[in-house]
Amino acid sequence: MAAYILHLAILAGIYVILALSLNLIVGYAGQVSLGHAAFYGIGAYISTLTALNWHFPYLLAALAAMVFAGLCGLALGLPTLRLKEDYLAIVTLGFGVIIDLVMRNLELTGGPDGIVGIPSPVILGFSFRQPIPYFLLVCLGVAFTLLFTYLLVSSYHGRALRAIRDHETTAQVMGINSPAYKVAVFALAAALAGLAGSLFAHYIKHINYESFGLHSSILILCMVVLGGMGSILGSVVGAIILTVLPETLRQFHAYQDLIYGGLLVALLVLRPQGLLGKGKLSLKFMIKKE
Amino acid sequence: MLTLKSVQAGYGRLMVLKGISLHVRQGEVVTLIGGNGAGKSTTLGAISGLLSVWRGQVEFDGRDLSRVPAEKVVALGLALVPEGRRVFATLSVRTNLELGGFHRRDAREVRRDLDDLQERFPILKERAHQPAGTLSGGEQQILAICRALMSRPQLLMLDEPSMGLSPRNVQLVYDILRELKERGTTLLLVEQNARAALKLADRGYVIETGRIILDGTASELQEAPEVQRAYLGKGYREVWE
Repeated sequence: MAAYILHLAILAGIYVILALSLNLIVGYAGQVSLGHAAFYGIGAYISTLTALNWHFPYLLAALAAMVFAGLCGLALGLPTLRLKEDYLAIVTLGFGVIIDLVMRNLELTGGPDGIVGIPSPVILGFSFRQPIPYFLLVCLGVAFTLLFTYLLVSSYHGRALRAIRDHETTAQVMGINSPAYKVAVFALAAALAGLAGSLFAHYIKHINYESFGLHSSILILCMVVLGGMGSILGSVVGAIILTVLPETLRQFHAYQDLIYGGLLVALLVLRPQGLLGKGKLSLKFMIKKE
Repeated sequence: MLTLKSVQAGYGRLMVLKGISLHVRQGEVVTLIGGNGAGKSTTLGAISGLLSVWRGQVEFDGRDLSRVPAEKVVALGLALVPEGRRVFATLSVRTNLELGGFHRRDAREVRRDLDDLQERFPILKERAHQPAGTLSGGEQQILAICRALMSRPQLLMLDEPSMGLSPRNVQLVYDILRELKERGTTLLLVEQNARAALKLADRGYVIETGRIILDGTASELQEAPEVQRAYLGKGYREVWE
């Protein structure tokens, strides 16, 4: 039982990183992304492949995962700069599907079977093979992400992001280079998702495309929305709840998904701004303003 | 200081401005009046870089603005108070003001300007930590003007500052504009409310379907029969009368 709780805690930590990073895009910059799990997957595969094929030490592999996922975020951000709302939703959705197909079909990624035998992280000669040390490693990742997102959103640049979210044209008139900010936030969030992917791969030790598809993207988005867009603590709480809730509902067997869905709907009807959300933020592509 | 020469601009393939020429001199208050869809906001969009200029020239202090992106314009000394106020609704009043000085690097000076504005408009201090979206329409307009002033503009452009405000708030906003005028701020005022605008302005232009159909001093325009009929409601007759 204790091992199971620890397992859940590790997964929850990984999802906290994912939700925090997506919250930068959705909650702070006000952009839509339905393909966040693609960056998660890219991070997982890059970390795995560099560790297995080139024998990268763990920290270097994780760094490579972040850099490569970040570059992919940049590559997605640049051409989609001019898109907004529904269109951006569709493009990010498409990106997620493409990456899903690539992971599923590439020889390098082991095709549909994925890759097995991913090594445990070793840092400075210390192996994180046991669950408790691994949990601490994930906590370190979460702490880094928390600190990074907190510093970012409370900085000068964080204000610019929130201005873009509230009204992009006006933000531009104030001298905020909104295209540059949007691309930068996409890249940073993608890099953090890459870190989550690396932590996931070296924990679970066997990855395949299934973990990084549309389902995961939507799940991460749900965590952000449930917790409250534009709230750091909200993303943490949202991620923990949506990791733990399905497990605790297991006792209802066949009705598990029904209760899960019902609870989500009820929560969002009662608190449309999310559990810890403050303002009247909403997913822009779902509700048309003006 | 600002000169537009036969500017053409529009949206997609639709040409809205069919050759607009106007100028604003230092220390002047110039108004651009016209009805809905005449091209008033489009003109401001073309000046501020939000829309690309198809043809013609936009010159500010001897610099060609027609290729300058919107986010660089404010640093040149041109600030815009957008139509419908457009305060950043979920951000605090104070953050809104700080964003007005976004391009400025002199943190101390920005701070001082902020304190000055809060002193002049105590409501901005009282509500400093409240989301700007919770302010009333008139308060939001004051905030929008102050936010633009935070950039220390040489020329302040206002897009229909009286839109959607109660008569009392229109009065309040125009009192602020008058005060700015007395301090020597150069204003380009776009309005449908011709009466209020012409009272404040030195000169004006009347725009209709993308062309300037009339220009002159404010008092000339107030007397002009076209303006009286269309915008001031004097001698207006319905077709059946």
